[in-house]
Amino acid sequence: MTHTAIKVNHLGKKYMIGSSVNAYRTLRETVSEQFSVNKKRSAVLKNASESIWALNDVSFEVNKGEVLGIVGRNGAGKSTLLKVLSRVTEPTRGSVEVYGRVGSLLEVGTGFHPELTGRENIFLNGAILGMRRNEIESKFDEIVAFSEVEKFIDTPVKRYSSGMYLRLAFAVAAHLEPEILVVDEVLAVGDAEFQRKCLGKMSDVAKQGRTVLFVSHNMSAILRLTEETLVIDKGNLLLRAPTAEAVDYYLSSGLTQEGQRIWQPNEIDQKSQFIPTAMRILDKKGNILETVRSTEPFSIEVEYQIRKPTKGLRVGIYLLTSHGEFVLTSFDTDDPIKFDTHTVRDEGVYHSKVNIPANFLNGGRYVLGLNASSYRIKTYFHDEQALAFNVDPSGAPGMQWPESRLGPLRPALKWEIKKI
Amino acid sequence: MDNKDNERKSIIKPSHGWAALNLRDLWSYRELIFFMTWRDLKVRYKQTLLGASWAILQPFLTMVVFSIFFGTLAKVPSDGVPYPIFSYTALIPWALFSKALQDASRSLVANSHMITKVYFPRMILPLSSVLAGVVDFLIAFIVLIGMMIYYKITPTTNVWFLPLFFVLALVTAVGVGLWLSALNVLFRDINYVLPFLTQFWMYLTPIAYPSSMVPVRWQAIYALNPMTGVVEGFRWALLGTGQPPGTLTLVSSIVAVALLISGMFYFRRMERLFADMV
Repeated sequence: MTHTAIKVNHLGKKYMIGSSVNAYRTLRETVSEQFSVNKKRSAVLKNASESIWALNDVSFEVNKGEVLGIVGRNGAGKSTLLKVLSRVTEPTRGSVEVYGRVGSLLEVGTGFHPELTGRENIFLNGAILGMRRNEIESKFDEIVAFSEVEKFIDTPVKRYSSGMYLRLAFAVAAHLEPEILVVDEVLAVGDAEFQRKCLGKMSDVAKQGRTVLFVSHNMSAILRLTEETLVIDKGNLLLRAPTAEAVDYYLSSGLTQEGQRIWQPNEIDQKSQFIPTAMRILDKKGNILETVRSTEPFSIEVEYQIRKPTKGLRVGIYLLTSHGEFVLTSFDTDDPIKFDTHTVRDEGVYHSKVNIPANFLNGGRYVLGLNASSYRIKTYFHDEQALAFNVDPSGAPGMQWPESRLGPLRPALKWEIKKI
Repeated sequence: MDNKDNERKSIIKPSHGWAALNLRDLWSYRELIFFMTWRDLKVRYKQTLLGASWAILQPFLTMVVFSIFFGTLAKVPSDGVPYPIFSYTALIPWALFSKALQDASRSLVANSHMITKVYFPRMILPLSSVLAGVVDFLIAFIVLIGMMIYYKITPTTNVWFLPLFFVLALVTAVGVGLWLSALNVLFRDINYVLPFLTQFWMYLTPIAYPSSMVPVRWQAIYALNPMTGVVEGFRWALLGTGQPPGTLTLVSSIVAVALLISGMFYFRRMERLFADMV
């Protein structure tokens, strides 16, 4: 017998964009709106045109013990959905019926105070996440062991390395025991080892029969952890299907943008010092392509704007298979010489272009991600699903056998055959 | 669906107009109030040279300045007690109040990262910043006891009423703090208004002067400031000066409770916008 854990009915969430979303109102504006009828009317009209539905008529149901994945592009409404479910923000329309306590992991380390010690932060963060004091006390040793920071438990967390900080923060959150756990992009941060640990913990939670809603850009994590997945785009629920099918649909439909991804100004935080404008797949002659040939070289070009001089910036790509497995990561200042000659990038519009050699990728569908960061200082931009493209294997080595080759690479390797 | 499920069922839907206070929710999060207060205390005097002595120094130095300018130079009457203790008795509840306004009004904006990430009753933030000020109050109170010994003032039995006036100060601080913190999320003007507001409010409160200086016909309006009732009450309870609690205290208490209740409702009404606006 199955029980419903969450029932979402025609959920809608409207945001005002433009003047009133980032900037707060001042008294003067409000007062003048009150007194001037015309102005008020025009302001209302303006607002109407500047509002967007981050969630639009979304309905679905989740049963107890189910692990549901949610995928969608940046700004598709995934995080808004989780925020509504965890009561951080109110919906504009519709309703949600929730059965049981909801624990949210919207961002690990919320409420951590740098001046407090690890021990103190465990209690504080636990309380913020809704744990009782005795609950935290009983799990304290477990949390510390999981985080591997025993030695530094009485040191202020401002002295922690970023890895330690993250491990401790996740450890607290992971020991929450709500009936429903909502998780947003925890795995986007941290090293591979830590990510493995988080994934392990998440699947433990799922095995204990608790309901998990899991948002991630990491398709392999989604595939590994979830049974069913929702595909969300522009606030609408496009598909609910078994995960393999949903991921396939998501990667092959939503992202197709004819070999080019253009970022609209409203997709990007305009206050950021790094603003991506476009990412393109180009052939030798500079034409934009959606399908490249395995046997021909092509290039990937990133166009971006730097708003203020940025030190140590590296702009790079991720190349992933359509199943979400990473093929490679490469940055434009990987070469130590480039790193030394491009220590600071001033304001302006830039291109970073990388050539992918011929006879490199196997046939199939690939996804490109974009990352712009200064190592250990800041990540200015991160999107693991910026653009998808196809590779056509015709003419590649081994095509005399009409079979699909395993693995993402298809280099022309030199073999020697000798009789001994 | 069995009964156990029905018990824990909750519904998330848009709310309109005035929301219920939902004090039960606040109660279930009472431990968080404690933790947030404790965090504020723990962090407050980090990396300061004098640490918690600031809790004493602020009212004490103000008292010294007042004593020189108002007490000695301007010869402001002090109801027959030495001017320093006359003003210090008023300055400690005032310091509690003004600090509470300052911290509470910034509490939501300062903790915006929490508001946008996790659910908890938002009222906890201004509440715990007011409560953190209580510890400062207690520290400063010890100095008052020392001063009373120095000036050989024996408290009368009135002193048993002191906790009531302390509660009145807290109620006022929480009420105004709730209003200002919610307004500050929507209108950052509050940051600029606050220093003026505290200054005006201080002159409207009988701290540097006795309330007996205010003409009788203004007394009723004067008592609309709940801090008048608090300060007068403190002096009456500790020093035995001024009027015993009467109409003035009653008016002050009614205003304080009205501020608290209206503040809570306004806060609850605005609460739903916080995560999107802050």
